Amino acid sequence: MKRRTNLKLAAAAALALALPQVALAEDTLKLGIVAHKTGPLAGGEKVTQTPNVQLWIHEVNERGGLNVGGTQMKVELVEYDDKTNPGEHIKAANRLINQDNVHFIVAPYGTGFNIAAAPIYGKSGYPMVAVSAITDKVDELAERFPNLFFTLGTTTAFVEAVRDILVEQRDAGNIGNKVAMVNVADAFGIELADVARQAFTDAGFELVYDKSYPLGTPDLSPVMKGAKASAADAFIAWSYPPDSFGLAEQAIIEDLDVSIYYSAVATSFPAFFGAYGSKIDNVLGAGGTNVDDPKIAAYRQAHEEVTGATPDFWASANTYAALEVLGQAIEGAGTLDRNTVTQYIKDNSFDTIMGTLDFENNFSEKFWTVGQWQDGVFRGVKGVNVDGAVDVRLKDGWK
Amino acid sequence: MSRSGFKELAIAACLAILAGFVPLVFNNYWLSISVTAMMYIALCTSWVMFSGPTHYISLASGAFFGIGGYLVATGMSDYQMSFWLMAGISALVATILAGLIGAATLRLSGVYFVIFTLGLAEMIRNLVSWVQNNFLGSRGLYVLTDFTEAHIYWMLLVLAAAAYFLGWYINRSRLGFALRIIGNDETVARHVGINTATAKIVLFMTTGFFGALVGAVIAPRYSYIEPNQVFSPELSFMVVIMALLGGAGRLWGPIVGVIPFTLVWEYVSLQFPNQTTMFIGLIFLLIVFVLPNGIVGRLEQVAVKIRQGGH
Repeated sequence: MKRRTNLKLAAAAALALALPQVALAEDTLKLGIVAHKTGPLAGGEKVTQTPNVQLWIHEVNERGGLNVGGTQMKVELVEYDDKTNPGEHIKAANRLINQDNVHFIVAPYGTGFNIAAAPIYGKSGYPMVAVSAITDKVDELAERFPNLFFTLGTTTAFVEAVRDILVEQRDAGNIGNKVAMVNVADAFGIELADVARQAFTDAGFELVYDKSYPLGTPDLSPVMKGAKASAADAFIAWSYPPDSFGLAEQAIIEDLDVSIYYSAVATSFPAFFGAYGSKIDNVLGAGGTNVDDPKIAAYRQAHEEVTGATPDFWASANTYAALEVLGQAIEGAGTLDRNTVTQYIKDNSFDTIMGTLDFENNFSEKFWTVGQWQDGVFRGVKGVNVDGAVDVRLKDGWK
Repeated sequence: MSRSGFKELAIAACLAILAGFVPLVFNNYWLSISVTAMMYIALCTSWVMFSGPTHYISLASGAFFGIGGYLVATGMSDYQMSFWLMAGISALVATILAGLIGAATLRLSGVYFVIFTLGLAEMIRNLVSWVQNNFLGSRGLYVLTDFTEAHIYWMLLVLAAAAYFLGWYINRSRLGFALRIIGNDETVARHVGINTATAKIVLFMTTGFFGALVGAVIAPRYSYIEPNQVFSPELSFMVVIMALLGGAGRLWGPIVGVIPFTLVWEYVSLQFPNQTTMFIGLIFLLIVFVLPNGIVGRLEQVAVKIRQGGH
């Protein structure tokens, strides 16, 4: 008797496991994503990635789905958490491919995760239109991973844009030659500082202060005190999300007297303005967008209506545009065959909210590099092949 | 004793050969779970080799693992060194470091050692970041190789088998005998003339050696190394939990601990993605209250009962 119950239970369990696959409708396109729901990158994912995936799926399904060779397919999301751990990420990516048999995937958030996942997705031909991945190795990576596309720029482009601003302001007589530079002593922060040290010196600037601080340090006041004591004309910080906030806070406390103030990642987050309001007016940061562009304005409005969140002023728009590229490539190729879709991305240009995007050697050369908070809006001041850059304003106190 | 020892080794060898076929039989999803499991089997086996007989709980796995991953990445990315050379160097560095740490802390009683190893991964992460930032510079730590998941799995399998064999060999040697005495009563061990510090340090160095090699092998899997990912304190705790779940009293304990843990972990992560930390806590309680000697201890108890029942 007992044994029979067990058998029944086992049968029921087997049935329960098998059912979801049977129940799936034919005309659904399964889109997979491995997200950082928890762990160090969860904050960035939540601002930049998650709402845009949600918005894009909403918009596509709203207009009846994607037209794949004459069949209207609604998009359904299959999602896993990797706890911001590369090992877990690879496992989850393999699960999407082999267990869920998703048709396409959303490229992950973060440079390291894109590169770690590229061979896994590449083996099954999945195109990855990466956004939050910035590297100077585009050529080498594109050769190694023909399925991986980059859309947000290179490390050098980001540093050179900051250097150009410094040079322009010096030539205009607004600042002197003295630059204070700090960086977070972690992968991307070290890389940016390394490139910048060379670029700034070559441009004839004097690095009167050049210090790093450990990742996750709770107290940035010594860093800011040192920068203030150096009497620099410009302050440049190659920083990550928590320390971009911490540095601004210390600059306000110390009343740092500089004409150019730049902090890198997360300066473009709406929360940055939310935290300091008009005090951070004229602060420069990585990224930027053109809110006056009608397409971007419409996108930002839809983003708020559908997800209830304000998009950031940088990679949010690129993330949505990357999904548009994927969608248009699937419709354009008219098939779910991933290699055909990947080839379609390489061969065609795409009409997105960021304008027309096309890929040369897997790299889309259209992105913002530096933005500035001007009266509550983070506007692009420097970019590559983008329209609508506004003039840089000088920082004047922290009121 | 001698014959049963060889029987154990023969069983382990058969299992290792069987395990070698995993990449040929499983699909990529199960293979990626197997890679994770094999990584922990290798780490736990080398952990048990030291912590089993001495009863010193080491939380240094994350530090050694990090040294392996980080050195391979720096060497390959910034200095165009080969993977194999850097893996060798990292093992050497970690072994020496383990020797130094051992010399500094293993003369003290157990609890100081635990506290010291707890902070070790964090300390080394900060140290290498500082050195890289101030002296070496970096253009990103890329580990781009042609290794597939199957290659990584096989390399880990070789490491796990080597750790097991070394552990088996040490167990039967004078050193192993000395360690068991140290584990039972260190004072007695000293009184019978065993150089307790040397014995402990030598064994601790082997965990450093294997930890770094596992980290080195995993680096190509991650492809892009960030120090805070490879120097992970969480890894140290996972190794301890899985090893204790299996049972630290036997060298094959980790195998019966890691495999069920990995499978249940996968299930929990999928079904209750926000409760994984609680799950680790529950496993810990389970070990303390129900399985103080791990699954191995319970199995042996059952075996004894069956034998007695048979009479």
